[in-house]
Parts: sequence; C-alpha cells; structure tokens
Amino acid sequence: MTGEEKMDAVNKMKIMFLSIPENESFARVAVSAFAVQLNPTLDILADIKTAVSEAVTNAIVHGYKDKMGIVEVEAMLRKDGVLCLSVADEGCGIGDVEEAMQPFFTTQPEKERSGMGFSVMQTFMDSVKVYSVPGEGTKVIMEKKLTES
Amino acid sequence: MRVEKAKGTVTVYLEGELDHFSAQQIRRIMDHAIEESSIKSMILDMENMTFMDSSGIGVILGRYKQLRQRGGKMMVRKMNRQVEKVFRLSGMDQLIDII
Repeated sequence: MTGEEKMDAVNKMKIMFLSIPENESFARVAVSAFAVQLNPTLDILADIKTAVSEAVTNAIVHGYKDKMGIVEVEAMLRKDGVLCLSVADEGCGIGDVEEAMQPFFTTQPEKERSGMGFSVMQTFMDSVKVYSVPGEGTKVIMEKKLTES
Repeated sequence: MRVEKAKGTVTVYLEGELDHFSAQQIRRIMDHAIEESSIKSMILDMENMTFMDSSGIGVILGRYKQLRQRGGKMMVRKMNRQVEKVFRLSGMDQLIDII
C-alpha cells in the first residue's frame, strides 16, 4: 500500500485462491461481504457481485484456460465511499484488449461463452480498466461509488 | 431443480445461482428437458434463481437456438432485478418473451 492509498483507504483486503470454478461464488460473496461495511443498497451489492463474477470467471476460463493458477482479488474502501476492486491473474494475457472488450466477442463460442463479460462489468461498475500483457497475465481494475458522501 | 412437462411445453424451475460453475449442470438439465422432439416451448421459471452472470446468457441462448430450430420458443418469468438486468443487457429480451 502506498502512502497515498493509506490516506484514502478506510479498509482494504486481499484474497488469493486457486483458479477453479467453485471459487467464483466464493469471490463474489467475499467482496460483497467486505463492501457491505459502507451500507450500500442491495442493488449496488448485486452489481458488485455480478462484476466480480465476470472478472473472476474470465481469469479462470480465459486467463488460465486448462491450467491451474492463482487468482488475486484486492478491494479497498475509500473515504469518499468508492469501492476499488482489482482482479488479477498470471495467465496467458489478452493480445488485443480493445477487441476483447467488444460486446459478444468471445474466443470460445463452441463452449457457449456469451462474450458479454466485459460489457457486464462496464454496465454494472462506474469504471473498468484492463491491463494485460500476453504471457504474463491480466489485471482488471474497477470502481464503484457505494454511498453518497 | 423441478421440471414439468405438459402439452409440448416444458417448465424448468431454476434454483440458486447460474454462473460458470453451475452452468454445466443446468445446461444438462435443460437439454434433457427438451430431448423429446414433441417439446416445442420452454418456460424458465426464475422465482428461486438468486443470481445469474453472463455464463447464464450463454446457456439460455444455446437452448433458445435449439428450440427455434424446431419452430419452438422460450419464455421466462419471475426474474429478480439482478437477473433481469443481465438478461436485458444481453438483448435476450428481444428474443425471449418475459411472461
């Protein structure tokens, strides 16, 4: 945590787990339980759970594909009532992030992947940034205002 | 998860969460429900479905396409707000009737 973050942060957490599908629900429940400290509405909590689910599923399905790896989820509650969220993997990375973020774009249509993951994140959160290096991994950073302050 | 068949229509009562983890099992149940070619329509009852993400969109659209190929259709009912938001975002409300 940098000095600047320390000034801003009301609370912070980090979880790491294996890239198995069972952990998708664990991740969204954990982040939701963390965010509830700022008393957001149920609709806002549902938005956060959905976005976390998409990002973690992407890490498992696309980042690591058939390999096993670690998914790292960090969350920070800021004084201004904003939840900052980071979902990172050390998987295969994304060659063209802009293309990957297009609605309905998927590399796995045969597996009935809808290609809507990033669109859901963008709709349900206030901001979504994706940093990816092929062969090194992907980090998705999202923010959402939880309360008026 | 309950499945009821009557006069060419099958109703699937979805329960719990539809994400990438549960998608395979739910896909299997839905495919089994429309195995018989006499089934033309499927109603998805989502009263007890608490959560769905975009993995659910893939599962539902896949079954929708199968039904459409045999001239059938799909309908959904009793979605909660979170599920309906994902449903509408994907444009599924243009293809599948909300009853």
